Amino acid sequence: MSPPFEPVVRVAGLQMTYGSHDVLTGVDFEVHPGEVVCLLGPNGAGKTTTIEILEGFRVRSGGDVRVLGEDPAQAGDAWRARVGVVLQSWRDHARWTPRRLLEQLGGYFAPYSTATHPRPYELEWLLDTVGLTENADRKIGTLSGGQRRRLDVAMGIIGRPELLFLDEPTAGFDPQARRDFHDLVHRLSDLEGTSILLTTHDLAEAERLADRILILAAGRIVADGSADELTRQVAGTAEVRWSRGGERFVHATEDATPFVRRLFEQHGEEITDLEVRRASLEDTYIAMVQRFESGDRTAPALAEVSR
Amino acid sequence: MNPTRHAIGLGLRRGWTEFLLSLRSTQDQGFYLFMGVATLAYLWANRDSEIEGTDLLLPTFALPSILGALLAFGVVIGPAYALAMEREDGTLLRHKALPHGMQGYVTGQLLYHSLGLLPLLLVILVPSFLLFDDVMSNGLAGWATVAWVAVLGLLATLPLGMILGSVVPSVQKVGTWGMLPVIVLTFISGIFVPIQAMWGWVQVVAQIFPTYWIGLGMRSAFLPDAAATIEIGDSWRTGMTVLVLGAWALFGLLVTPRVLRRMARRTSGSQVLEAKEAALQWVK
Repeated sequence: MSPPFEPVVRVAGLQMTYGSHDVLTGVDFEVHPGEVVCLLGPNGAGKTTTIEILEGFRVRSGGDVRVLGEDPAQAGDAWRARVGVVLQSWRDHARWTPRRLLEQLGGYFAPYSTATHPRPYELEWLLDTVGLTENADRKIGTLSGGQRRRLDVAMGIIGRPELLFLDEPTAGFDPQARRDFHDLVHRLSDLEGTSILLTTHDLAEAERLADRILILAAGRIVADGSADELTRQVAGTAEVRWSRGGERFVHATEDATPFVRRLFEQHGEEITDLEVRRASLEDTYIAMVQRFESGDRTAPALAEVSR
Repeated sequence: MNPTRHAIGLGLRRGWTEFLLSLRSTQDQGFYLFMGVATLAYLWANRDSEIEGTDLLLPTFALPSILGALLAFGVVIGPAYALAMEREDGTLLRHKALPHGMQGYVTGQLLYHSLGLLPLLLVILVPSFLLFDDVMSNGLAGWATVAWVAVLGLLATLPLGMILGSVVPSVQKVGTWGMLPVIVLTFISGIFVPIQAMWGWVQVVAQIFPTYWIGLGMRSAFLPDAAATIEIGDSWRTGMTVLVLGAWALFGLLVTPRVLRRMARRTSGSQVLEAKEAALQWVK
């Protein structure tokens, strides 16, 4: 176990180059014990590459990476037993049943079980937790896409990991499955204290799940903070709409409260239909990604604000 | 609990489970049935032809040769396909994400493909004994020879299948890289046509690879000693068989772990995803 305040993931100056193409040019971030951190970014920004380097599945070109206190490129099997990886596969083990497969794969964690941290999870509990009890004895080849993904999640967490990696876990989920999955992530984080690092395209998902959001663009982390903190970083974060004398008005402002106060001081009861809309995470995200992808490097201070 | 020994135990259980699932799958039952029927039909059609220069009937001569060829073919192509497939579908990656998972996976593969030979040999051997006379000339000693030739042949060829499956770029390429050379090799290895009928250099090539020697070993087990006159050097060359197959087994033992480790290192989630997308393209 890591000491309580040691980060479970520490990335400094991480670089990745494929041929002459720089995917990651200097990524820095940390994940602390029990945190749920979400990595956002446009396609091709290097989210999957980053996760695969942390999982130990890919060798980095440069920089320093520590996961649970070890370098994942060299870490051994004891380290592997403490890390969970949810993989997206598609047709493997079609003849097996979820119960049989989970029993087989979970077996690998048994030598790493301790009195304080028993491994693997109890099978019935796990099946119930991911919502597969009813389909536990069906052939995997006959499961629906959503059920298959639940099984993927079960396989990822069966070893009772201290740190869990999820790469676009809800791609292809229907809304119900997505909600169930979010509940599961909360449960793992709250009850089990599992630290979680996930990537997603879904901003609403990031907002719901993450304690902290990292935005990866142009090969580095351009923003780091809670959803709330991030939205505050973008200029004109709120939009105020009102009507006066039958006419509609719209005004973008950084600070809505004093503006509205002045508005009432000026016009009093003439103001009707007042609406204040805070910029959503989506607006923030798009603004930030655009700014960095267009090559405007005047704003990196943004990333510092929330630290 | 020693994690390596524990993982090998899990691998053996995995291999056994895969074997049972394969026996229950109609696809695999169909394969065994097809192989059995095709072989027996060939032998039955030629039941009255005699082998030139001997008083042996064709089925007596061809049956052990075919068994040897199927063994070599099966344990090269089977694992090659399985490995190439499971690299793409994520089975391998799953094991890479487990502590000592690769050791378990490889153990499972070895057991599964070895066990897979049993039904294949049975569907051919059992009906052959009912249909033809004088199939086994050497009694118990003959069966003992069958056993050691099969085990040594397995050790010599199974690693080659694993290597093949590790180095082919994709499942579709197993046909060109694996199937084709193995079929050519089987054809020149004296299974259907006696090896002496080939050009000299082809005979040399055939004798470098294990297939010829497994076939020869099987013939030495089933046929009477007098039949050795149809072989090169008028002898079963048992010592040479052990030597060549042993050398291939040693080669496999030394090279396979390295190739497997290199392949495992290069397996990643994005690779699986690419394969999935490529496969969906094929379907469309």
